[in-house]
Amino acid sequence: MAIQTEVLVLPPRTPSRLASLWRGDFPLIPALILVVIALVAIFANLLAPHNPEIGSLTARFRPPFWQTGGSTQYLLGTDQLGRDVLSRLIFGARISMVVGITAVLFSGVLGTTLGILSGYLGGWVDQVIMRITDTWLALPALMFAIFLAAIVGPSLWNIVLILGITYWTRYARVIRGEVLSLKEREFVRLAIVAGCSKRTIMLRHILPNVINTAIVLGTLELGVVIIAEASLSFLGVGVPPPEPAWGLMLSDGKQGLMVGRWWLTVLPGCCIMLMVLSANLLGDWLRVKLDPQLRQL
Amino acid sequence: MRRYIARRIGYCLLSLFLLSVTIFLFVRVTGDPTTLLVEPGASQADLDAIRHQFGLDQPLWVQYGIFMTSLAHGDLGQSFYYRTPVLELYLSRLPNSLYLAAVAMALSLLIGVPSGVLASVRVGRFWDSFGKLFTLLGLSLPSFWVGLVLILIFSVYLGWLPSSGAGTPLHLIMPAFALGWYFAAAHMRLTRSSMLEVLGSEYVKLARLKGLPQSLVIAKHAFKNALIPVLTLAGINLVIMVNVATVVEVVFAWPGIGRLLFEGVTFRDFPVVQGVVLMGGAMIVIVNMVVDILYAVIDPRIRLGS
Repeated sequence: MAIQTEVLVLPPRTPSRLASLWRGDFPLIPALILVVIALVAIFANLLAPHNPEIGSLTARFRPPFWQTGGSTQYLLGTDQLGRDVLSRLIFGARISMVVGITAVLFSGVLGTTLGILSGYLGGWVDQVIMRITDTWLALPALMFAIFLAAIVGPSLWNIVLILGITYWTRYARVIRGEVLSLKEREFVRLAIVAGCSKRTIMLRHILPNVINTAIVLGTLELGVVIIAEASLSFLGVGVPPPEPAWGLMLSDGKQGLMVGRWWLTVLPGCCIMLMVLSANLLGDWLRVKLDPQLRQL
Repeated sequence: MRRYIARRIGYCLLSLFLLSVTIFLFVRVTGDPTTLLVEPGASQADLDAIRHQFGLDQPLWVQYGIFMTSLAHGDLGQSFYYRTPVLELYLSRLPNSLYLAAVAMALSLLIGVPSGVLASVRVGRFWDSFGKLFTLLGLSLPSFWVGLVLILIFSVYLGWLPSSGAGTPLHLIMPAFALGWYFAAAHMRLTRSSMLEVLGSEYVKLARLKGLPQSLVIAKHAFKNALIPVLTLAGINLVIMVNVATVVEVVFAWPGIGRLLFEGVTFRDFPVVQGVVLMGGAMIVIVNMVVDILYAVIDPRIRLGS
């Protein structure tokens, strides 16, 4: 008589989610750069050696300290109004961070809400939302943002609003797709049978399942939004002067380009690049980590 | 097939309608359009006259009717600054934008496609990593900054290329590169993934089993088919390029529609701003429709599937 033995195979202990995040290919340097920029933005008042908006007209166009004519008083030189470039860069980090994060949050909430409504409710709601999304997608984003900025006039919060209502379409599209497949899953059907209201299902059962996707899209969108803000400021319809926005600094600095005042354009651009590149690298990594379905996005 | 095309055209018209409503409403919801339609410093009497002339004292739907009727007649309004019809102004600038976009597109394909193929053949090796870095940079650098740095290097320090304006082919090199890099990144990504997909397919395996040399398999069997999605994207991107070149055109003082938009914004020339945006949106809606229809003509699965 053969004795059948059942071997209970215990699944290998899975490390906690946080621990698994740290293993392997975590983009440490980009994450560190973002943290540093965030800290600089928060503590800008303490870090900046000079007032970013008030300069000394006797100290215009000073080059960085290592060039002839530069001094350690203005480490990275001064601009056309004698304002300290380093201080403006430091305060510029604050503007980029504030605009970038709030605009991404705003567009993310808007797009996710519309995506869930469209995907879950279906029918005419879906038709209306998707047609609007298509139209919005047809508008060249930056051109539309310039158009809106030209109507409402420049201010920091107007820019956030404009970028928010310009860049929500991607969330709506992707999340609607996810919701369509979630809708067919057992747990959602059970919830319907159990008599949950549509509102409860969308908030309790659908939303937690698409939030990862929204976070991934948000991280990837951060770079797009920061570049858009810089472009609007560069064109003079973004953050109004004398605020030290990086895009505005580039725009002011371009006149000095032909006479070799490189620091006025190269430095703010490097800041934008560092921030956007880091956000993109982090977003790419998150995409693969949190949501394998989005890999080909 | 006919039904599919009819539906596509229907969607397109609907999108154009929504586009016009969006632009129309945004102008009116966000404030008094009269202040946008007159030149700064106009008197109250002028404001009232303009309000009446453009029917801004009428209900919204009547206003929309007036707006659409003039659009249908090709009337985008009169530019305050240039004192000419906006449409005329737009059409005079469009060839420059198309020219720039075409060269930028050629450049982006010349960079993107070969590097994408190279990356797909050498997955995980040097060229793949290099390509990834290159595309990431292309997507992360603001194009206007790339433009400014190019000017600094090639015009200021080396003195090889003219920094702004139009006229000679030399004027085109830097703006085309600044505009094309971002798109080169997109084209490289798509070429790479499309090549990888084709290289994994049965007929490529068969070609290999037949003993064809690697170069022939890649060049003749894989590349040709992998190119289809890339060229489709390139077609759509060309139209997008025309419409997003604003910052690059401003940096290089290139006289295209992007610069026209910038001038419109700077001189508070509202009819120009509205006209450029409307035309841009319409252009993209129509091109998307044409691409969808062409796809259905080529591939029956699409028209039967939907």
